[in-house]
Amino acid sequence: MTLQQHIKNFTLAILIGIAPFNISANEVEESTIDSMLLQLNLNEVSITANRFREMTPVQRLSGKALEKLNSYSVADALRHFTGVQLKDYGGVGGIKTIDIRSMGANHVGVFYDGIQLGNAQNGQIDLSMYSLDNIDELAVYNGQKGEIFQPAKDFGSAGMLYIRSRRPKFENGKNYHLKVSSKFGSFATINPSLLLETKINDSISVSVSAEYLSSSGEYDFRYRRVTPNGEVAYDTTATRQNGDIKALRVEGGVFGIIEDGYWRVKLYTYNSERGIPGAIVNNVWRRGERLWDNNTFVQGTFSKDINRYYRTMVNAKYAYYNTHYVNNDAKLIEVDNRYKQKEFYISTSHAFTPFRFWDIALAYDYQFNALNSDIANFAFPKRHTNMLALATSFQIWRMKIQGSCLATFINDKTQTGDNEGKKRAFSPSVLFSLKPLKNGDLTLRAFIKRSFTMPTFNDLYYTDLGNASLKPEYVTQYDGGVTYMRQWNKKFVRQFRIQADGYYNHVTDKIVAYPKGQQFRWTMLNLGEVEIKGCDVATEVTVSPVNKLFFTIKGQYTYQHAVDVTNENDSYYGDQIPYVPRHSCSAAVQGEYDGWCINYSFIYAGERYSQQQNVRANHMQPWYTHDISLTKEFKLKRGSALKGTFEVNNFLNQAYDVIQNYPMPGINYRFTLSFEI
Amino acid sequence: MRDKFIYFATIIALLFYTSCREEEYIILSEDESIEAAIEPNANPYGFYLLNEGNMGSNKATLDFMNFTTGVYTHNIYAEQNPNVVKELGDVGNDSKIYDNKLWLVINASHKVEVVDAKTAIRIGQIDIPNCRYIVFDGNFAYVSSYVTTIIGDVNAQEGAIFKIDIKSLEITGEVKVGRQPEEMVIKGGYLYVANSGGYNSDNYDNTVSVIRLSSFTQIEKKEVAINLHRMRLDKNGKIWVLSRGDYYTMPPQLFRLETNSNGSIKRVEATNLQCSNFDICNDKIYMYNAPYKGNAISNNITYSVADIETATIIDDNFIKDGTEKLIKVPYTIKINPETKEVFICDAKNYVSSGTITCYSPEGVKRWSVFTGDIPSTITFIYK
Repeated sequence: MTLQQHIKNFTLAILIGIAPFNISANEVEESTIDSMLLQLNLNEVSITANRFREMTPVQRLSGKALEKLNSYSVADALRHFTGVQLKDYGGVGGIKTIDIRSMGANHVGVFYDGIQLGNAQNGQIDLSMYSLDNIDELAVYNGQKGEIFQPAKDFGSAGMLYIRSRRPKFENGKNYHLKVSSKFGSFATINPSLLLETKINDSISVSVSAEYLSSSGEYDFRYRRVTPNGEVAYDTTATRQNGDIKALRVEGGVFGIIEDGYWRVKLYTYNSERGIPGAIVNNVWRRGERLWDNNTFVQGTFSKDINRYYRTMVNAKYAYYNTHYVNNDAKLIEVDNRYKQKEFYISTSHAFTPFRFWDIALAYDYQFNALNSDIANFAFPKRHTNMLALATSFQIWRMKIQGSCLATFINDKTQTGDNEGKKRAFSPSVLFSLKPLKNGDLTLRAFIKRSFTMPTFNDLYYTDLGNASLKPEYVTQYDGGVTYMRQWNKKFVRQFRIQADGYYNHVTDKIVAYPKGQQFRWTMLNLGEVEIKGCDVATEVTVSPVNKLFFTIKGQYTYQHAVDVTNENDSYYGDQIPYVPRHSCSAAVQGEYDGWCINYSFIYAGERYSQQQNVRANHMQPWYTHDISLTKEFKLKRGSALKGTFEVNNFLNQAYDVIQNYPMPGINYRFTLSFEI
Repeated sequence: MRDKFIYFATIIALLFYTSCREEEYIILSEDESIEAAIEPNANPYGFYLLNEGNMGSNKATLDFMNFTTGVYTHNIYAEQNPNVVKELGDVGNDSKIYDNKLWLVINASHKVEVVDAKTAIRIGQIDIPNCRYIVFDGNFAYVSSYVTTIIGDVNAQEGAIFKIDIKSLEITGEVKVGRQPEEMVIKGGYLYVANSGGYNSDNYDNTVSVIRLSSFTQIEKKEVAINLHRMRLDKNGKIWVLSRGDYYTMPPQLFRLETNSNGSIKRVEATNLQCSNFDICNDKIYMYNAPYKGNAISNNITYSVADIETATIIDDNFIKDGTEKLIKVPYTIKINPETKEVFICDAKNYVSSGTITCYSPEGVKRWSVFTGDIPSTITFIYK
């Protein structure tokens, strides 16, 4: 039996054996098949093509495709996604946050192994802290997942990023898997990692993963300007300073399978010390800010299908975030502040399937957040959040409709007592999907969703700045799109996929910092209003010209017309909002032959503005980078393998800023060696 | 399929062609004509306006208004000084003309930029950490700084006054004063500086330091009020200093200081005048006040005039045509000493273009123009 036949049988088994909507019945088994499929450069979506798993626009990068991209962190990989804007302050340790469809970083829910990563302090998740070393899949959803059996939080954000870490996988007959690897590269980067997975028995396996990262963060950057008659005005090259990082990540997991269900427990801890390189301005080439982070959480999931009518799932998490910020610059204010955040979360989800065409789900989540700090006049806020979600879906003919509503209730308490607030908000959504063709290759979809982001602790209670009377910030999304995908066996073209969406988003009550009247006294207000018209297109084709040779070509394009419509009297009324390019795109070509693999990727971000006003002084040039890598894998005895990768990033050495005055690295190199058994 | 691929490749190629990076040009100046401002025989014949730019944006810019032609020129520095790496710098905090030179205090670039007063062409720069304001006396410039470099005191977070030779542009002295010193005045061989202590909001400084210029030493540190900032000398030789209050319960307040001939402060008089910023012209104080209450923003900004002798308000709204409603965040106020026109800068939301508006002495708006980000100081230039 060939491998392909194997997969075909497996696929059939799933299609027949599991009820059409019983998607997560056995995720562990599903992922095993995923990985096998991926080895053939096929897309896992094929498994579920006939089921309505993808009711909303979704993009995934997983397995090998993810591994082959020249990326350090989750943030780097997300540059290949359409509709995603990455804010990157440069270097290995520079802060990286994402924004989906220009709605703002706080509207993006980031989930790690199914449970949301929180930051009640400022709502932003720094994705540079999440390495790709142990990641199996990244998935970005607009709106929400097309599933209803999920925690209430999964109905909450306007866009979601799901980061799924590796689950234990074992080759035939083995009950362990060990992988040791190390990366060496420019900026004195050393990045060793270790993964150990063992099977305790048929139903329980354990995984431990650890990674250390050290980098000087020193890279050359260049600023060059010319006069109108073409003479060089200035051309200067300097070395980025104070961008060093040392980080250690340790992760451990226990994975269990039970009859018609599974459970998982995960411990994650991340410790880092880094310099904050800061803005490069006239006469300032070095700054003295340092940051220490400790992010630790333990989380667990239990899911079981009780019978064919009822499924249940419990998720829980305890997280502790400790941040220590110091400014050592003798020229500036001395700062030495500590922030401690605690988070406790529990969620229970239930799905009922009274008939095969009808599902109902109910989820309830509770979360507690507390923030402590040693800064002056601190409010010591605590927040209780209750979330209740009700959802239902129908499938009639080749059509599926899903509706959900999430109610969120927040109750804040502060130590001073005079700044407390109860807030509530609702986020309803309607999703529609249709597969007009019998073979299921074509999917049409549309959704409407209203969602919100609650003001963060900083917005509400930050000393001198916060405004406790803030309302939630809302966004309404309208999206219509189409996906076409097809696969062929033993043909030149193996797979083709294209997906396109057009959308309109309207952000209201946007929380912005606003001057209070006195010099440099700010407050937060629900003042902004933004309209976004956009279009995302992603396509992928896999060809196999000769046996064992595969080429995958991916391309994506994003158009964003995101304008400020707050007040007609503002000088920036109708102007594109900061750091959102009108046009952006990326392309990647991956070729594979007999253990050799080559990858080329191109990222383009069009012209942008660094501030609200679209004037010359705020204009930023487009930037684009070309990255290339070559990998060779050697199969050794007893199923072990040795793999080496050499990468050259930004090989045309473009000098660019993603964020104004935060220069990015020029050409840089990386070598990776890994051994697995 | 192949056709499709070619089609796709063509689109990509087109996209490349239309959207590549061009050379990064320096930002050129832009002229704007304001007919209402034309005054062929004006003296002062114009002013420089220094825009702060939000911290970290490196957008301190210099604009020039020429009254004789009515031309307002935006952003002249980079064009006149194309070879200065990263242009004028970050946070333009103060500017003055002295010895035919325009002195620009660029706070977050930790330097004082010195340019020719007529051409704005660079003469040199003096590196001073966290510099705030500048005053002159004889052959020396004095610059207040939030920090001192005097060894042993670096960690005390105390500020200093730096002394600069205006010919050699060398630092020739440094004297430690209170915490986060702001504006200064010089009177009779003594320098008075307002110490704010603004880095420590639960423990503001409340003193005025007195420096004897001949020995360049601090001879007195007089308690006045918390969080001092603006300081002006009136025609009677009295020093007006503004306490910014604590932004919560304690409102801002103007204080009047009288000095002895030995430089020491004889009398501290608390006036009943409340304002956010002020300027003195002859016997009048022009001021605006943006009162505050907790976190609320005030829409009730007042523009008033007080008498310097009685320290009482003589006009509770000097803008007579209702155009003060167009001002969002008044950021600076300056009186043309010859024409008595009142200039008010509006910083808007701090991260977009501000405006400068000229009011006639009768309080009627004459003209207004967009500026750079956060217009902070107006410096008149004479023939």
